[in-house]
Amino acid sequence: MTVQTQSQRPATEPANEPAITPELVAQHGLKPDEYQRILDLIGRTPTFTELGIFSAMWNEHCSYKSSRLHLKKLPTKAPWVIQGPGENAGVIDIGDGQACIFKMESHNHPSYIEPYQGAATGVGGILRDVFTMGARPIACLNLLRFGSIDHPKTRHLVSGVVAGIGGYGNSFGVPTVGGSTAFHASYDGNILVNAMAVGLARTNEIFYAAATGVGRPIVYLGSKTGRDGIHGATMASAEFDENSDEKRPTVQVGDPFSEKLLLEACLEIMAKGCVVAIQDMGAAGLTSSAVEMGAKGNLGVELDLDLVPCREPGMTAYEMMLSESQERMLMVLDPEKEEEAEAIFRKWGLDFAVIGKTTDTLRFVIKHHGKVKADLPIKELGDEAPLYDRPHVAPVKPAKLDSASLPAPLGMDAALKKMVACPDLASKRWVWEQYDHLILGNSVQPPGGDAAVVRIEDGPKGLALTTDVTPRYCYADPFEGGKQAVAEAWRNITAVGGRPLALTDNLNFGNPEKPDIMGQFVACLEGVGEACRALDFPIVSGNVSLYNETQGKGILPTPAIGGVGLVPDVARSVGLAFRVAGEKILLVGEGEGWLGQSIYLREILGREEGAPPPVDLAKEKTHGDFVRALIGDGMVSAVHDLSDGGLAVALAEMAMAGGVGATVSAPGGDSAASWFGEDQGRYVLAASQDKADEILRRAAQAGLPVAVIGETGGDSLRLGAAALVPVRELRDAHEGWMPAYMAGGRKPA
Amino acid sequence: MKAAVVLFPGSNREGDAARALRQAGAQTSIVWHADYDLPAGTDLVVLPGGFSYGDYLRCGAIAGRAHIMEAVRRHAARGGLVLGICNGFQILCESGLLPGVLMRNRDLRFVCKRQHLRVERNDTAFTRAYRLHQAIDVAIAHGEGNYEAEAETIERLEGEGLVAFRYCDASGKVGGAANPNGSTNDIAGIYSEKFNVLGMMPHPENLIDPLVGGVDGRGLFESLSRAA
Repeated sequence: MTVQTQSQRPATEPANEPAITPELVAQHGLKPDEYQRILDLIGRTPTFTELGIFSAMWNEHCSYKSSRLHLKKLPTKAPWVIQGPGENAGVIDIGDGQACIFKMESHNHPSYIEPYQGAATGVGGILRDVFTMGARPIACLNLLRFGSIDHPKTRHLVSGVVAGIGGYGNSFGVPTVGGSTAFHASYDGNILVNAMAVGLARTNEIFYAAATGVGRPIVYLGSKTGRDGIHGATMASAEFDENSDEKRPTVQVGDPFSEKLLLEACLEIMAKGCVVAIQDMGAAGLTSSAVEMGAKGNLGVELDLDLVPCREPGMTAYEMMLSESQERMLMVLDPEKEEEAEAIFRKWGLDFAVIGKTTDTLRFVIKHHGKVKADLPIKELGDEAPLYDRPHVAPVKPAKLDSASLPAPLGMDAALKKMVACPDLASKRWVWEQYDHLILGNSVQPPGGDAAVVRIEDGPKGLALTTDVTPRYCYADPFEGGKQAVAEAWRNITAVGGRPLALTDNLNFGNPEKPDIMGQFVACLEGVGEACRALDFPIVSGNVSLYNETQGKGILPTPAIGGVGLVPDVARSVGLAFRVAGEKILLVGEGEGWLGQSIYLREILGREEGAPPPVDLAKEKTHGDFVRALIGDGMVSAVHDLSDGGLAVALAEMAMAGGVGATVSAPGGDSAASWFGEDQGRYVLAASQDKADEILRRAAQAGLPVAVIGETGGDSLRLGAAALVPVRELRDAHEGWMPAYMAGGRKPA
Repeated sequence: MKAAVVLFPGSNREGDAARALRQAGAQTSIVWHADYDLPAGTDLVVLPGGFSYGDYLRCGAIAGRAHIMEAVRRHAARGGLVLGICNGFQILCESGLLPGVLMRNRDLRFVCKRQHLRVERNDTAFTRAYRLHQAIDVAIAHGEGNYEAEAETIERLEGEGLVAFRYCDASGKVGGAANPNGSTNDIAGIYSEKFNVLGMMPHPENLIDPLVGGVDGRGLFESLSRAA
């Protein structure tokens, strides 16, 4: 373990706590008016422990004080939604008495400071959120954004983050089936590590945080409490500066082995009916979990910290309340089944301690060494957290770029090879081969396709899972970018034959105190909300990560979307690979050749300009519903959505995946715009001749723009008269980039 | 065929192994590591994949000393069948049931992917359903799969035909880029002297279904199922 906690201990003397000074208040990330709010609320100066508790509850990460107002406007309901935002994770009904429980969460700041442990504990935290609700995790995904490939820290961060995600998920025993990895200089000093976990439960066996019953024992379970992670949530709520490396001790240390035991023990006592309420100790640890259980259940909570299992002696009340040690749970148990539950935890070698009780006082009382260290009104700790309507300025919409006016410095052959090997489009096999994506034996569509498909138990149902966002679109036009992030997730699920059901979001933005950043946030959310409504794709859980800035420079606005869909029969799901020669290739949807904000513009012409392609949500829906029906009816052998890099890159990916070439003509002719334009709402399909005829007939009947644009076959990809590239060359370029980059000039192993 | 899959703290492919065994018709139960005895009438013991005890000491070192391993040793000494997959192979090496050690992968990274193996002999209880030198497509998922042993041990393994599988490409060509972890002589799995104990790094239990990659892994479980 490289993380040292000792040197960064808060200057606490157990017997003689520091006086509450304005400096101390500021060190806790509380503004003067926020501190005044505390004084008004409790009518006296807080104790040192109380100040720590307030700082933990009222930071941005835990209180959502800048975002709450806007999050309320998002659609969160549908007949199949069992639990929307506000619990540990969202819950949807997937039929047959089964529920899917899922959420995505960020671990951006810790991962920048200490990539392995930061990413590992991000995975651990999100898995805990899911199994706290009674679900057995069946899949993980992630969305990663790193700085420029030329930045001196990027390789180190990629290497550490990927190893950390793998290190945790592989040991825990859940397949990591999907994700997205990309690079941009705006993340140089502030990478994004968003982790998503998906679990399964019975709809009538879901567990919540709200405690019930007065005088019931509150039980501490899992690993012991140490000094790691103190003020982690506060760190996550501040901008970075040049001294951020000094915050390394606030990063927690993950122990996937303990988490695996905790999972098995929790599911076992849940099945035995021992659990009344349960909350994992995540951000702000014991403080946040205990307050949550009490406040949601309209009960007070009294804790005696002398009973908390500690890793090291001499921990103060302040340290115990703010520790973010991992793999810990808080529960209210049925008193009659306490012994049974304890025996199960002992069997798994985990700590089990009654550390307090529920009360009818609505107070949050902390005792240590016989002294009251905190006595606060429990509901107000959450409910009275500051709420800000931050000033925001509407982003200026950029002018549309005239694609026809662009030069074409490279021939199509060279341009295509360069595109498939550019950092954002190159194969990420180097990444996902470090994740165990085959465990549990249900990965029907493994990583590398549009969405992963994970079979549910022995089938025939499955879940289609994806994570998406196009930050460059969100930066250019936050409203359209927000729409596009949702539409792309919906499209990716559709492309494997899934019916999109719900999503989780992870909203990564800069400093909300800046009106232009807040403007990005507000507009992005409006776009996200509009797309969710139009596509009947509600948000059931999520996380907001603000202050993603270093030395005053914000990241590209990145509202990551984690989508979940239901595949009725996984045997009918399709991948993107061309399987056989002689099939017809069809294009669903049409475009004008939109190069503004495209990868082509950035990679070939070195420009990041213009408006992003707009999403017509009505067309998105009809095109997607049409494609999904074709897949369900067994009409197609391959489907791929069109996104980064447009038609040419989509065709190249299909050819590379199957090792089968194709001859295709673009409807718009041989211009760069028609081959690389990123117009939305489009799919490429492959189907046998007779099925293609039937597809065309159905499309004509429905009045949809569907056309045969080519045929599979041969060893090369022939794009009109513009390009003829052997598939093997494309594949070598596509697969070669990342191993070569990570080897840093050395020969890749 | 009565199979017992041992569950250590941190095992995570016990369900996958049990699924493959049941599919092949074996009566399968899960046995707790702290037990002292195997279920009566056990024909086959499976030590599944995972990260027993977090792999925090050496992979398999603590599990190799669990209570149940005494019973597994007695079972093996009687000629009973034992299959250790991935972490289970590491446990077999740590418990002395098989020679050698699994080192960190050559490139120091965990690797999960599909992998071909060449079946080195098809006259054992584990491989009768395969053709000799058949290249089977299975899965690997490990960070420490680089098999090593003293030169004399390797010589003995090779001399006595105790190498069960070698890493190969789809055409059956052994070694080179097809070796994912740098193991000596491309070894992916080895037998005990009496061919009743098999340790292997790859996961045949994850390729038993045409919808999930293919069915090349079935042969191993079908061979076992027919063996008793």
